[in-house]
Amino acid sequence: MLDYLIKRTVQVLVVLFLALTTVFFIIRLSGDPTALFLPPDAPREQLEEFRKALGFDRPLYVQYTEFMTNAVQGDFGNSLRTREDALQTVLNRIPATFQLAFTALGLSLLIAIPIGINSAYKRNTLFDQTGVAFTVLGQALPSFWLGLILIYVFAVQFKWLPTGGGGSMIHLILPALTLAAYSVARFARFTRSTMLDVLRKDYIRTAKASGIPMYKILSVYALKNTLIPIITLVALDLGVLLGGAVIVEVVFAWPGLGRLLMQSLLNRDFPVVMAGVFLIAFIYSVINFVVDVLYAYVNPQIRYK
Amino acid sequence: MRERAPILEVRQLKTHIKTANGIVKAVDGVDFTIYEGETVGIVGESGCGKSMTSLSVMGLLPKPMAYIESGHIHFAGRDLTQLSEKEMRKLRGNDISMIFQEPMTSLNPVFTIGQQLSEPLKQHTRLNKKEIRNAVISMLQSVGIPRAEQIIDEYPHQLSGGMRQRVMISLAMLCQPKLLIADEPTTALDVTIQAQILELMKAIKATTNMAMMLITHDLGVVAEMCDRVMVMYAGQVVESADVRTIFNRPTHPYTQGLLASMPTANERKGELSSIPGSVPRPDEIPPGCAFAPRCSIATDRCRQERPVLQAYENQWTRCWHPISKPSEVTHAT
Amino acid sequence: MNQTTVTESNVNPQLLKKRKAGSGKAGFYLRQLKKSPSGMAGFVIILIVLFLGIFGSWVAPYDPNLAELSKKLLPPMSEGHLLGTDQLGRDILSRLIHGTSVSLIIGSCAVVVAGAVGTTLGVIAGYFRGWVDTIIMRLVDVVLSFPFILLVLVINAVIGTGLKNIILSLAIAGWVIYARVVRSEVLALREKEFIVSCVATGVPRWEIILKHIVPNLFTPIIVLSSLQIATYIIAEASISFLGFGVQPPQPAWGNMLSEGKDYIFSAWWLITFPGIAIVVTALGVNLFGDWLRDVLDPELKGN
Repeated sequence: MLDYLIKRTVQVLVVLFLALTTVFFIIRLSGDPTALFLPPDAPREQLEEFRKALGFDRPLYVQYTEFMTNAVQGDFGNSLRTREDALQTVLNRIPATFQLAFTALGLSLLIAIPIGINSAYKRNTLFDQTGVAFTVLGQALPSFWLGLILIYVFAVQFKWLPTGGGGSMIHLILPALTLAAYSVARFARFTRSTMLDVLRKDYIRTAKASGIPMYKILSVYALKNTLIPIITLVALDLGVLLGGAVIVEVVFAWPGLGRLLMQSLLNRDFPVVMAGVFLIAFIYSVINFVVDVLYAYVNPQIRYK
Repeated sequence: MRERAPILEVRQLKTHIKTANGIVKAVDGVDFTIYEGETVGIVGESGCGKSMTSLSVMGLLPKPMAYIESGHIHFAGRDLTQLSEKEMRKLRGNDISMIFQEPMTSLNPVFTIGQQLSEPLKQHTRLNKKEIRNAVISMLQSVGIPRAEQIIDEYPHQLSGGMRQRVMISLAMLCQPKLLIADEPTTALDVTIQAQILELMKAIKATTNMAMMLITHDLGVVAEMCDRVMVMYAGQVVESADVRTIFNRPTHPYTQGLLASMPTANERKGELSSIPGSVPRPDEIPPGCAFAPRCSIATDRCRQERPVLQAYENQWTRCWHPISKPSEVTHAT
Repeated sequence: MNQTTVTESNVNPQLLKKRKAGSGKAGFYLRQLKKSPSGMAGFVIILIVLFLGIFGSWVAPYDPNLAELSKKLLPPMSEGHLLGTDQLGRDILSRLIHGTSVSLIIGSCAVVVAGAVGTTLGVIAGYFRGWVDTIIMRLVDVVLSFPFILLVLVINAVIGTGLKNIILSLAIAGWVIYARVVRSEVLALREKEFIVSCVATGVPRWEIILKHIVPNLFTPIIVLSSLQIATYIIAEASISFLGFGVQPPQPAWGNMLSEGKDYIFSAWWLITFPGIAIVVTALGVNLFGDWLRDVLDPELKGN
């Protein structure tokens, strides 16, 4: 177990280091952003001076080494707009994004797992087929459009909920539902097929032969076997969820990391973009790491290997 | 014949399976009775309907593909085919228990032994947590599991196949059932472990008044364990008698074939014979005797007319030409 | 051991298939399709989308960029404008039809580029293993450490908009899926007897790869691609909606929604129809892809 932990830790660190490198080179692909910050008729000398001040005149490898040394210490430079520390700017937005992403995650699991279990148990009934149809539809539904439709129905037509903004539970409802929709479809589909697999197993027959009621087999016995693969899927889908949050935040003007990233991209505020993108990769990798360890924990067969 | 009350009476049981190619008659009119404290073996090649018979009794047929078409199963005075799922559930693991063939996959890998063994007691008794734990530990000890107090907190994959089958047996025995159905309980185990498990089952039988229905294709196991034997072929009982009679005086050619293909220790240099062909697929059973295509003494009558189960002294045979004279049987032990 | 006996297991199944199949292949798939209503629905949707994508400029009733301000924000079913007009008085139906080809071109080109790059690297990683494998798979891990849509968005924002750059962004973020799937397929194929016997009889490496491995990869690649196209179409719409991707005035479903969202209080049709177009297309491709997977690769069924 310790070996496994060390191996996974090293792997995560290598990937994060490479991710940081990737972020640097992707951003540098676009050339330097100085021209954007000065009036178009600015004299050449002023441009050069600005470039020098920001360090864009030096060779790429020097810039890279400097970026990496600073970034590893959490210094991504200052926002070109606000002059505030880029990483701090990004970190300030994290709570809002987490609120959204984890509410959506909880919501989707809460909806999807019972649907999936019931679908598997009542296989090929109307309930099952309706469920399957919705999951197929759900996967074809782009979140930003679903968001617009929900805004139109609940905010514009019925005026029950605000069209956007942040700060309260009421503001959270629509974006969380929007973000959850895709995951609900995936989780329900996956729960169904995994549960179908599990229900065919010999040990379920043993449980039935011991007189354990079906509801208990479904909600306790088979559920634990089903949850183990679901945990992995949830980890994989967290990336989708975090990516989706970027779009949903823009649609609903939710004051999170995604909205900040979009504004920074449009403004070419690269320190903030780099800090933000790396932070998401970092969070995603750490969550995956935790889930892997968790997976090893809940699955006794792996744990004792 | 000892005077005993019947515990299980199966009458004209027909269990059908719906498949893509039509309805398969997996169990086709089976009758038998098991008395208290008795061990009855059900013997036959795979696909002859043994397991479907036992699953019908347990009410564990894979629904909705398989279902009881007609017939009755009387257990302790009640007709199981008429019981609701809830009533059946109260019987399962309590009055009727079952042991399965695959000890490796029959236990849930993500729950500890203790968790899995406690559940039937929680369902069928009013014992509290501590009493349950003690009951489970003493049951594990009684089936010969060492370190029961530790094993109770371990997971199935930490145990060997033989140990797991012992756990399965203790799971079945927890509520002191009146009837135990054992479906090939030793087939998946090593030979030495097989003997141990059989010993254990015999020991359990000796101390309780439980009846046992032992499903197997291994006549050695039958000779060791059973009081009476029922031979099944293609969903029907073809011969049934007490164990001595079957081994000494088999009347059905199929039974004879099964016995002839059995290697025995005291057989000197005899060649092992086997029955030619294989069990017909349930959708291609011939109109006459199901065994006729593989039978060496089949006549035209056998091929056209299905034999009925007839009594010969205290032995039942489904054959037009039963081998009647004991002296003709060459391989009697 | 000069002789190699030909048994079922050491013959390349792809070559066997070729011998057996022949002319009846199209007929076989059509018969299979008729058995599956959802697969058929997907197929029909794809045909319609393809038709509109290719012949859109003939079918569309108006020039998609013809702005008649006097007729702006007409609701659906108005005279001459079946789906209404937008804030500049442009016909929504015509813009939708023209948007079809944009979605199709981007989706299919991105799949081709991502598929080609991913497959090549996947084959190399899986066949040669060792340090090449390690490098490629680390690269895959790195790309996968960013959420797909975020990576597409950032890359596109950096390298700039325009059709070519959108396709490139999707491919850079998307090739890893192919590399992963192909690599694991190749790893499994390597162990198969028909490959082992090729290696044993001294068939050159490149010939083994091209003649024996690559043909056996077609099924998983086709199945994966059919599902990836839908992902790419939705991703393109998403980034276009966010202001990158396809730029106005060129009509694309994503940027139509982006422009329409400002009129959500007054003109519901602006945000409704482009979304339906995306959902129907993605649904069609997904349904067809699911069917294709079931027919080509029954083992994958239900996963």
